[in-house]
Amino acid sequence: MVDRFEKRAIVVALTLVLSFFVLLVYAAKGLGADLPTCLPDAKPFKQGELIQLGDKRYQLNAVAKMWNFEPNEIRIPAGSTVDIYLVSTDVMHGFHVNNTLVNLMAIPNVVNYTRVKFDKPGTYDVICHEYCGVFHQNMVGKIIVE
Amino acid sequence: MENVLTGQKVASARSRDELLSGASRFIILSEIVFPFLLLILGVALGLLQVLARAGVLKDSHYFGWIEYYQGLTLHGVINAIVFTTYIIVAFSNALMVSVLKRPLKMGVQWVSWAMMLVGTLMAAFAMLTGRANVLYTFYPPLIAHWTFYVGTVLFVVGSIIPFFLDWIPNYRAWKRENPSARMPLAVLGTFVNFTLWFVMLVPVAIEILFQLLPLSLGLVDEVNSLLARTLFWFFGHPLVYFWLLPAYVMLYTMLPKIVGGKLYSDPAARLAFMLFLIFSVPVGLHHQYTEGGLSANFKLLHAFLTFMVALPSFITAFTVAASLEYGARQQGGRGLFGWWAKLPYFSTKGDQWLFSYFVAGLLLFLFGGITGIINASYNMNMVVHNTSFVSGHFHTTVGGLVTLSFLGISLYLIAKLRGSEVAFKKLAVAMPYLWLVGFFIFDAAKSVVGIMGAPRRTNMGLSYADSASPLYQPDWVVWNHLTMLGGIIAVVGFVLYMVSFFGTLFAKRVNEPSTEMPIAEALHDNPAPVLSNFRPWLIAMVVLIAIAYTQPLIEAFRVTEKSPAYKENMPVPLKMMQGGQ
Repeated sequence: MVDRFEKRAIVVALTLVLSFFVLLVYAAKGLGADLPTCLPDAKPFKQGELIQLGDKRYQLNAVAKMWNFEPNEIRIPAGSTVDIYLVSTDVMHGFHVNNTLVNLMAIPNVVNYTRVKFDKPGTYDVICHEYCGVFHQNMVGKIIVE
Repeated sequence: MENVLTGQKVASARSRDELLSGASRFIILSEIVFPFLLLILGVALGLLQVLARAGVLKDSHYFGWIEYYQGLTLHGVINAIVFTTYIIVAFSNALMVSVLKRPLKMGVQWVSWAMMLVGTLMAAFAMLTGRANVLYTFYPPLIAHWTFYVGTVLFVVGSIIPFFLDWIPNYRAWKRENPSARMPLAVLGTFVNFTLWFVMLVPVAIEILFQLLPLSLGLVDEVNSLLARTLFWFFGHPLVYFWLLPAYVMLYTMLPKIVGGKLYSDPAARLAFMLFLIFSVPVGLHHQYTEGGLSANFKLLHAFLTFMVALPSFITAFTVAASLEYGARQQGGRGLFGWWAKLPYFSTKGDQWLFSYFVAGLLLFLFGGITGIINASYNMNMVVHNTSFVSGHFHTTVGGLVTLSFLGISLYLIAKLRGSEVAFKKLAVAMPYLWLVGFFIFDAAKSVVGIMGAPRRTNMGLSYADSASPLYQPDWVVWNHLTMLGGIIAVVGFVLYMVSFFGTLFAKRVNEPSTEMPIAEALHDNPAPVLSNFRPWLIAMVVLIAIAYTQPLIEAFRVTEKSPAYKENMPVPLKMMQGGQ
């Protein structure tokens, strides 16, 4: 059978990957850095808009389409919390807000969701990172935090 | 004659011609030379891509010739599907002849050969004429010409035919002649790999035949894109193990022999292959972490199973390192690290030139393993998903260990099958180290700029890397240029390899043609019978797949609104364009 050194190597490797797994579960469920999930009741929308829900509370309904986002540029005050709903109205797109953990796929007719708080003022690029046709490299939106 | 690995008598009173006919040599040789000619185009397009992404080329087309995303489609399909699959089939064919000592079944082989050739030509037609600018993931609702889909299906079905109709019957016949022998390790690894290949082809065949082909032909108007994507990654991640396992077969069977030693542990090697069998498939959701429509808890389950499939690679890392140490100590290596000096890094003696391909591949794969675990790490994936971090990663895995071991074995087989000596051996030995340095720089630079936010699959020369563009990202420039430097160094290595490849192909015959492979015996032997018995592992595989995929597929099926087809150059559905004409 497997010799004793080999057994030790397997035990060490297993311990390593299991501890990685425990840590990421802690980060997801304990620290709230979780992934988007299935929202069976969310209706795909066709119009993009930024809705103010309250003081520094916003809902962004983002539409990705060949080859821009709708709305393509939004302005919000620093410290705002934004619920981002994202959908594509044509092909696959990406929605990556640089320097944040917002990294979403926009899939036709499937609503994606995440929540993010913008503390630091500045201009955040929203880059489409999934190939979506000949002008894919020009598909960039902006979130301006003032 | 007795086989040292398994102790069984080899029933080989057969003459050389009976074992390896001219036609079977032609089959295997053409399965290496044809994809290699395509690979030259694939590598050239890779070089053009790093130039475009560094902003050196700022155009939608390369010199008015091939469009960027058309070139990217060709680069991905040729390098990662056509070249890899061809070499896996050619290597496995040669391995079966070499280990089982039974001739190939020529009728089966010709059918497989013709299907793969016709399939490749159909897909090449679609891609080269700009009818399939959909990248190698071909996500709908972007749609390609039907020849792309039919060609792909013909190609992959052709590639699996020898497994069912040649190798399995030949193994059964071998087993009847050697009833007490256990399945040779090389055969076990190959059979695990092609079992995986069969299983993973089911979902992608469903996607192509029931979703994409009807849409492409206009038989249906709409497609469920999330379902298609989920079926694609049901195939797309196990695919990487289909590339990897033949390299592992080489590392377990050939590498220890080349360094003058033994395989450290035969049971550990078998365990690794069986673990791949059960854990390779139910992991595809780790490509879909950042999308809606699929439950986060199932993404977490796939993350867990992805960590489990890292386990056999950890086992392989240990076993290969232990085998290298054993071999080096047999050659007089001493001390805790001193034995490293006794490995044949630059040797051109006999088959030892192959060592450079394996060791450079393994060093790249170290980084590939680490970056792979980062990609798989659920929430950490949000930092890197679809950034150039990911393309850096897979150029050290499929572009690293897999490509280097496949190029090494191609050169080896060309020489053996033609009965020639490897020509320009020094160039052949230099190549893997240039590739190693090049792709190390490439991966490091792509990782950094990926974390800064640079997207993958993007013609950055037209925007982010163009100083005249409002989208210009000055912080990325130095990393884009380093990526280019790494790419150029690797391509220089490839050019050296080409010299050796064609030199060997046209060198004069000095030996008897054969498929003989250096196969090591094991230091620790005696695997438990369960490690050579597929049944319990196959059952575990099916159960795990059912648990991991039933709910995600139901969720994807529930998407009721579907999408019409689009071409990559118009922001309106294809039907509307055709209606307006």
